[in-house]
Amino acid sequence: MAGMNAPADFQFDQGTLRFTGDLTLARIGPLPERLRALPESPQRIDIGGIGHIDTVGAWLIHRIVREHDVPVDGASEDVAHLLEQVAAADKPLKIRPDAGPGFLRVLDEMGAGTLAAARSLYGLLDFFGATVITFGSLIRHPRRVRINALARQFEVVGVQALAIIGLMSFLIGIVIAQQGAVQLRQFGAEVFAINLIGRITIRELGVLMTAIMVAGRSGSAFAAQLGSMKLAEEIDAMRTIGVSPMEALVLPRVISTVLLMPMLGFYAAMVAMIGGGIFCWIDLDIPPITFVQRIREVVPLTDLWVGLIKAPVFGMIIAISGCFQGMQVKGNAEEVGLRTTASVVQAIFLVIVLDAVFAVFFSSIGWI
Amino acid sequence: MNDQTKKEDVIIRVEGLKNAFGDQVVHDGIDLDVSRGEILGVVGGSGTGKSVLMRSIIGLQAPVAGTVEVFGESMLDRDEHEAKQVRARWGVLFQGGALFSTLTVAENVQVPIREYFPDIDRQLLDEIAAYKVAMSGLPAEAGPKYPSELSGGMRKRAGLARALALDPQLLFLDEPTAGLDPIGAAAFDELIQSLQRTLGLTVFLITHDLDTLHAICDRVAVLADKRVIAVGTIPELLALDHPWIQEYFSGPRGRAAADAASRNTA
Repeated sequence: MAGMNAPADFQFDQGTLRFTGDLTLARIGPLPERLRALPESPQRIDIGGIGHIDTVGAWLIHRIVREHDVPVDGASEDVAHLLEQVAAADKPLKIRPDAGPGFLRVLDEMGAGTLAAARSLYGLLDFFGATVITFGSLIRHPRRVRINALARQFEVVGVQALAIIGLMSFLIGIVIAQQGAVQLRQFGAEVFAINLIGRITIRELGVLMTAIMVAGRSGSAFAAQLGSMKLAEEIDAMRTIGVSPMEALVLPRVISTVLLMPMLGFYAAMVAMIGGGIFCWIDLDIPPITFVQRIREVVPLTDLWVGLIKAPVFGMIIAISGCFQGMQVKGNAEEVGLRTTASVVQAIFLVIVLDAVFAVFFSSIGWI
Repeated sequence: MNDQTKKEDVIIRVEGLKNAFGDQVVHDGIDLDVSRGEILGVVGGSGTGKSVLMRSIIGLQAPVAGTVEVFGESMLDRDEHEAKQVRARWGVLFQGGALFSTLTVAENVQVPIREYFPDIDRQLLDEIAAYKVAMSGLPAEAGPKYPSELSGGMRKRAGLARALALDPQLLFLDEPTAGLDPIGAAAFDELIQSLQRTLGLTVFLITHDLDTLHAICDRVAVLADKRVIAVGTIPELLALDHPWIQEYFSGPRGRAAADAASRNTA
């Protein structure tokens, strides 16, 4: 066949468009632009000399026929059938949804964002209330406590986090000691680095860094687990069987996180002090015995209470926001990712806000 | 018919294919040829590895042993660039549609075209997406919608539109009618048949749908006992005395589908 395996081309003379070559997606090249630049409208189309043709080629022909209402010559039976099929599929279609004017869209998105934030906060409070109610009914019926689920969460949230939290805290202790020593050395007061290490780790950083780590490690896992269970209709299945998802899924996670956060926070503070102590020993020649002695002198007991009081509250925030976001998943798998991110961001944000509130509160009651 | 023309007419050739996941052997010595222009139905009980067979042919699952040739070219251990040239010639419809969730239906259809022909005229690209969507039997409103806004049946049609984006010569369909209502399933069958005739497609069709098998498949391959136990038209398969095949096609559902098919052709 003439024109087989040649790029698509056409000649235009005396009103006749004569196509040659393969009219296929791979071989049309710049044909659409050239066709648009025709000097005058064609009177007829001749496709007797073409090689292969696919739906894209047929569409090009159909487009000319539609615009200029011209006859097509030389179409074999198959090609004529193809042209008919393409013509039947010629329906105007939008590729993407309409976007309004820019300014309105900004306002629209701001409004939607504000509403979403308010709704999310309201939903979180709602969820917190539901958790408390479930907890209350569980206290009245202690046999319904799911010991296995609880033990499993203790292992995942607590035991398996020990290594990473320990490593992180150890390094943070070293960094605080090193930075403190560098700055205080200017006044010849590097021995006060011990005060810095002791107070900041026990009062603030031990619990705060642990909260951030637990939010990233466990809060996100809660959201992803519950989210994918929601997608797979597992949670609906639970409800129809008569198992309360709040009782079976949410409470074990919340209880374990609330109970474990003080322990993990205390552990983190201790490891951070060990890191700081080792740095003091190596860099400042302060022997461990002296380091421990100093710590006991300069760190008031109230610092420990500050840390231990904050920890369960942070744990509650992390677990509630992880479970809440997970339960909000609907629609598609993309939502699981979005909700997981949202749970971590929400948890860390609320933890830091509350940390500031706690700081003001404790200093106002004299626990400085 | 000499050997050369015979080779050109075989679009997919699978020989001695063996697939295993750990100790569990799914396929042990599968041989299967798919000829140009036919609709081959693949049936088998649940867990016989129909989808795994399709995945090994399209290169998503590396087999333990055997050869797979598509368009006469071996698909195993191919250089990525060469494999891409072959991939441009087939379209795949996955079970759930596997649409990209962040793109609209029309943008989904444009993805393969953009990938292979980045210089294509923008207006033409939009028009191609439009007629592909219409050809797949979707209403025009579906174009700017996101996959999460579509029903299961519409998602399958959108998946088909994307599979057809590059005008492939070969189409893989994984249970295209599963989960559709009978009317929708029949319409989908018709759609596939009409596209197959219009575009001269070769279709590799995995299905459990007996009506689909009777209505549009030229030949049916039966997977059982880790291999293809028979390939042929449905009357040919019925002539074999294999208990599973007999039960499959002559059970209550099989008979009902056969009756419906004969009523339609009569």
